[in-house]
Amino acid sequence: MEQLLQHLVNGLVLGGTYALLGIGLTLIFGLMNVVNFAHGEFYTLGAYAAFAALGLAGLDFTLALLGAIAAGALGGALCEVSLLRPLRHESIDTTMLVMIGLWIAMQNGELLVWGGVAKSIPHPFPTAPLVLGPVSLAPLRLFVLVVAAALIAASYLLIQRTKLGRAMRATFQDAETSALMGVPIERIHTATFAFGSALAAAAGALLGPIFLAYPSMGDLASLKAFSVVILGGLGNVPGATLGGLLLGVAEELGAGYVSSGYRDAVGFLIIIVVLVLRPAGIFARAERIG
Amino acid sequence: MPNRWTVLVVLVVAALMAATVFVEAQAPIKLGVIQPLSGPVAASGNYVRMGAEIARDWLNAKGGINGRKVELVIEDNKSDPKEAASAAEKLIVRDKVPAIMGAWGSSMTLAAMPKLEEYGVPMVVETSSAATITKRGNPWIFRISPPSEMEALGLEPYVDKLGVKRVDFLAVNTDWGRGAIGAFGDMLKKRGVAVGAAEFMEQSATDMNAQLTKIKATGGDTLFLTTAVEQITLIMKQAQEQRLARRIVTTGGSSSPTQLIKQAGTAAEGTYHIVFFMPWFPEAMPDGKLAKAFVDEWAKRGHPFEGLTEGFRGHDGIATLAEAVKLAGQDDPKAVRDALWRVNLMGVNGPIRFEKDGPSGKESGQSRPSIFVVQIRDGKVTLPDFLAKK
Repeated sequence: MEQLLQHLVNGLVLGGTYALLGIGLTLIFGLMNVVNFAHGEFYTLGAYAAFAALGLAGLDFTLALLGAIAAGALGGALCEVSLLRPLRHESIDTTMLVMIGLWIAMQNGELLVWGGVAKSIPHPFPTAPLVLGPVSLAPLRLFVLVVAAALIAASYLLIQRTKLGRAMRATFQDAETSALMGVPIERIHTATFAFGSALAAAAGALLGPIFLAYPSMGDLASLKAFSVVILGGLGNVPGATLGGLLLGVAEELGAGYVSSGYRDAVGFLIIIVVLVLRPAGIFARAERIG
Repeated sequence: MPNRWTVLVVLVVAALMAATVFVEAQAPIKLGVIQPLSGPVAASGNYVRMGAEIARDWLNAKGGINGRKVELVIEDNKSDPKEAASAAEKLIVRDKVPAIMGAWGSSMTLAAMPKLEEYGVPMVVETSSAATITKRGNPWIFRISPPSEMEALGLEPYVDKLGVKRVDFLAVNTDWGRGAIGAFGDMLKKRGVAVGAAEFMEQSATDMNAQLTKIKATGGDTLFLTTAVEQITLIMKQAQEQRLARRIVTTGGSSSPTQLIKQAGTAAEGTYHIVFFMPWFPEAMPDGKLAKAFVDEWAKRGHPFEGLTEGFRGHDGIATLAEAVKLAGQDDPKAVRDALWRVNLMGVNGPIRFEKDGPSGKESGQSRPSIFVVQIRDGKVTLPDFLAKK
């Protein structure tokens, strides 16, 4: 029982980070229909931005996080304007290939700039865990969970409650009608991609200090993000959040009670089951039109 | 009828060929190196490369091998077995190296091995610990690192002094990790130690909380860790977060205690590490003078101190290859392979001499490296009490 509680806490903390990765991608993949293989690289970008700010420049944690988010948004906007805008009317395969190219280019760029040796990102939190009965949790992890929850809530509100969010949803449902209604659709494309990338960078900056920063860290992140998006349904922010938590808990329990060697397999097993039974995602209410 | 132009062209071609032959005699001896220079275990691979470069520069400063300079052709296996195989093929086919050093991880080495046999080029294995490497009957393999069995035997005399009664294992899910759990498990069972959980993690995994929670429930007193320093760092931090009060022993010699002190901080306090080089007290190594010189050269180049426990492997590997080329008197792969059996060399780790291992008729070479145990205490690397009072 004690073990189960600890496993659940571990799973939720891990799942929170998966959710953060997933919501950024669900916007880009789900709304924009871009199979963004470079999503993990924006995660890496965020981690290295945090390393530069905390480890090299000695800034404080909040500034570093904001810096990483800005770097992610800027990088995302740049990529959208230069790579995706000219290909707006091309097929999904074309943009997918371009994103694979960007993924490889960014990863090798990181390798060139930072070298292959993993970087440890300093953080101001105490290392002694918070203890609550049988469960212990590092203060940094709790902080990450809280910030991730805040970012997820903010994203949800932005998409559902603001004018910008409405413009985003309208643009990706029907671009021509939206344009006729006065929505600046080019700018909305850029803003959406920048927003999704900024969320990935935020995840990198938050998780970097818990783990380590290295050039190939984005590969695993991309994989998890795609899993979460598929679990939650394309473009579905609450779905991605729940999908992330579900994946985190499932992996944790799989590793804890089945076999740790098959930890990732448990996650993918769930995805296969979901794809077979509910191809639109477990949390899809009804088929959306558009 | 040949005209003047034809004669001229023939003369020029002849002159060029003569020049080529002349250059050939002076051409450097190329030695191949395959290491993980990027990916999850990149830190270790880069340190091995730095050590290899020191060996190369030392050799060249002494006039090279038989009057020819030594050149390293370094390939990145990206911590990936598939890449290790293609790196070996590239070195052999395109660069035509007579011998290779590599490929750090056991899975990477095992993936490169069929290429060695296919083309007939020897490889000195500098790091890999999986027993199968020298047991498979690949006569082109010469290992200077200890297999896990040898390491386990090296630790055996200290099991009682460490006070190990109930042990759990956490290892990377590769040939190395699985092999280490087998070897250390057998040795510990023989000593009457109870073996609890044996948990695995992917090489790229960063969150090991599930495994640690499971291990915490077994009530053991000691945890054996087998993986590279990056994951050891993460595990120690996460074990501290989970209040896992265990004696931790790392195997495989890739724990870099100095890096752990830096990156894991108090989480590394009290842990034991099996190492094959003790740069903290080089005078205690079999050849104190060589070890000291290596540590000094490393510092002079501005390499990080924590890399020394990996870096020496690169030095010893290249020194071994160079000695074999020297003994062979030529840089033909087969001649170098035959000469490797005659190598008798003092490396930074200690004496290097190959004994036959594996199925008869197709034996691989295995040397008997020196094995040491150190402990992190008060943020410093020290000899454990049971070793210090000698």
